[in-house]
Amino acid sequence: MSRAVPLPLSVFRKIDGDARHWQIIALSGLFSMAWLSSDFGTKPLNLALAFSGAMLAQCLGTLWVNRDKLEAGKRLAGFQWKSALITAFGVSILLRAADPWIWFAAGLIGIGLKFGVRVNKKHIFNPACIGIVAMMFLVGKDAWVSPGQWGQTPLVAGYALALAALTLSSAKRLDIALGFIGTFAGILIVRSMWLGDPLAIPLHTLSSGALLIFTFFMITDPRSTPDSRAGRIVFAMCVAALTAWFVIGPNQRGAPLMALAALAWLTPALDRLLPAKRFEWTPDKISSPKITQELETPDVQGIPDRGIQPVRVHG
Amino acid sequence: MFRGFLTAAFSLFVFTANAEAFCGFYVSQADADLFNNASKVAIARKGDRTVVTMANDYSGELSEFAIVIPVPVVLTKDQVHVTTPDGLNALDAFSAPRLVEYHDDNPCEPRIEYEMNSFGGLGDEIIVTAARRAQPAAMGVTIEEQFAVGEYDILILSALESDGLLNWLNQEGYKLPKGAKRILGSYIKQDMKFFVAKVNLEKKAASESEYLSPIAIAYEDEDFMLPIRLGTLNADGSQDLIVFALTSEGRVETKNYQTRKIPTNTEVPLHLKEREGAFGDFYKAVFERAVKKAGGSGVFMEYFFDIGSCDPCSAPPPTMGQMLELGVWWSDGDDSFTADELSFETLVDGMDIEDMREEMDEPFWGDTFLTRLHVRYDAKSFPADLTFQETGDDDEYFQGRYVVNIPWRGEDRCEAADAYKKDVIKRQRTEIANVARLTGWKQSEIETLARTNGDIPFTLTPKPTPPGQPEPISEERKLYEQTIWWRGLFPPEIIEQQP
Repeated sequence: MSRAVPLPLSVFRKIDGDARHWQIIALSGLFSMAWLSSDFGTKPLNLALAFSGAMLAQCLGTLWVNRDKLEAGKRLAGFQWKSALITAFGVSILLRAADPWIWFAAGLIGIGLKFGVRVNKKHIFNPACIGIVAMMFLVGKDAWVSPGQWGQTPLVAGYALALAALTLSSAKRLDIALGFIGTFAGILIVRSMWLGDPLAIPLHTLSSGALLIFTFFMITDPRSTPDSRAGRIVFAMCVAALTAWFVIGPNQRGAPLMALAALAWLTPALDRLLPAKRFEWTPDKISSPKITQELETPDVQGIPDRGIQPVRVHG
Repeated sequence: MFRGFLTAAFSLFVFTANAEAFCGFYVSQADADLFNNASKVAIARKGDRTVVTMANDYSGELSEFAIVIPVPVVLTKDQVHVTTPDGLNALDAFSAPRLVEYHDDNPCEPRIEYEMNSFGGLGDEIIVTAARRAQPAAMGVTIEEQFAVGEYDILILSALESDGLLNWLNQEGYKLPKGAKRILGSYIKQDMKFFVAKVNLEKKAASESEYLSPIAIAYEDEDFMLPIRLGTLNADGSQDLIVFALTSEGRVETKNYQTRKIPTNTEVPLHLKEREGAFGDFYKAVFERAVKKAGGSGVFMEYFFDIGSCDPCSAPPPTMGQMLELGVWWSDGDDSFTADELSFETLVDGMDIEDMREEMDEPFWGDTFLTRLHVRYDAKSFPADLTFQETGDDDEYFQGRYVVNIPWRGEDRCEAADAYKKDVIKRQRTEIANVARLTGWKQSEIETLARTNGDIPFTLTPKPTPPGQPEPISEERKLYEQTIWWRGLFPPEIIEQQP
């Protein structure tokens, strides 16, 4: 018995070594739910297509940003296949499309824009989000998001799973998730009180699988959201307000995704207004430079963001 | 105080104190009363342009009939139209869950035959009652429009607050169900108007028609939705609503509720075809079980595809004229004009558009999609109104389709025939198990029915017609057997058999 203990612990440490591991585990669970619990759900083929597109863009992008190194004949570092996989999960869980190539293109464009649109060495769009939004604009009704196609049971399980993954992976993402969902729920609840509607109506609007994925796996992306906590919360509240307006007002399809894409410019603006302070890493994580660096999803060039400068100090 | 109730079609106000009285009065096909008190609504929509056609099936005192429907804009007289039930009935029959039959080959003399049998539409009634109108208007209620269309007198109301509207409606003799005030208040704050229709008895008497005409309204609004909240006030609990969504791009799904597919493409025993009413009972049980599995309510897709094709067709497609009447203004049905062109021509030339439509009786084979959604809703599971979205899914043909296999029976005997017999017996077991799984009926009971029908135990010799049972072999089949002597020589063609 005494020898059995270290094994799960070491597995845990290995998984915990990269925040994206928890995300991948949670997203595979959510993918299975989106696949199996709905008659109009996603399919493994969609995931494969989105992953192929994302990987292709990731490969080309990595080569492109490392072209100097390549010319100098140096070894490349920091190929982010895990990021491509996370993007592919987001795309295939949320996006519905009339033709298979649309998933591929969404993955390709999503990751492509990660390399293509950068401010201060930081991409401003969440890849899965912008991939889906781009396809909704490019092909019109042939790409859509089905927010209502999750049953109640998977939703509860999904929330639990997402919350667990987020808590395990990194506390700094929780602020933005809670900031978003709290503001969005607040607006809906206050509006329903004003209308005299029962609480069941805003709660019904909140129980959407698409909203869950968005809250826990998109807007929480540390790579495309402000560095400072205050900035992140302001950002989350702005996205929530725009989402609520899209839902209540013009009946915009894919409301949260559209809101996030539309407000992506806020991230560099907020980073300038509210410069990042040191991240609030727990001491034990800081003590392990390798782990911390991976947690922060290193830049493709292997140069960490401003946000993880403390890591370099320790490294 | 007038005695009377106000209830409403598809969503609106419903008060079913005497709902039982409405059962059994139906204008559509014989099989159409499967789901009593179901409302039928067609929504034709492209862009923001929306045409909603609502069928009322009301059998109470006409003087007490009224409906109240929240609408997004003030409707003027020319936006309201009274139509016949033909278009909705045609859509219903065209998209209804169907039984398909396949004939087994003679195992000793293999060949291919295919026959089709269709099944009529599902039931739907709308329950509506109300009362007379009195004179005075209460505070805060504005009569935006007031006009007569067909046999209806119609008011379009706006209100400042729910108390005023409620008082006014009460004064007018409309008795509202408990809980209506809160919902009316919510709609008022969302700037909705109220469409109130009641029957003009003199005009109704003059029309000589037995049914109340469906009402169609046309408007532009960015929201693709149906208000059902008032309908959930029904004391009865859950209600059925069948939505026929007509769109130009693809499948329609509910945006804020999960859309499920009804179980389909299942082989079922022969007696479902041969016993009168058996298929209707079966499908009803299938639906009830699907609803139960979904937690007592839900949105179920029963049909989806381009009206331009069907395989097999359970009924002829609606006519060009019917589709235009239902508001499909964008399509020309592969032939003649679009409603848009027609409207323009008639406006310019002063022609009578309704006369023109009546003449357009060719089948509609246009590029328009029909999604049939069967909604079972109640206040608890459906707190919010139904909102829809049109998707780009345009190639996944879906229908509620159940297959009966007609075993080959005859005098030929060969080795293959013995093997065939074993296969049929095995298939029968599967078919019975399928029915048990889909309906929740006991396997032994289904087996008893199959036994009574002479299908079990299976023999290769033609089965005797059980007393009191309908003739299992069709006239066409008999004719074929008796007169077409060359049937064994040449490959047979596909035969379509009408019910």
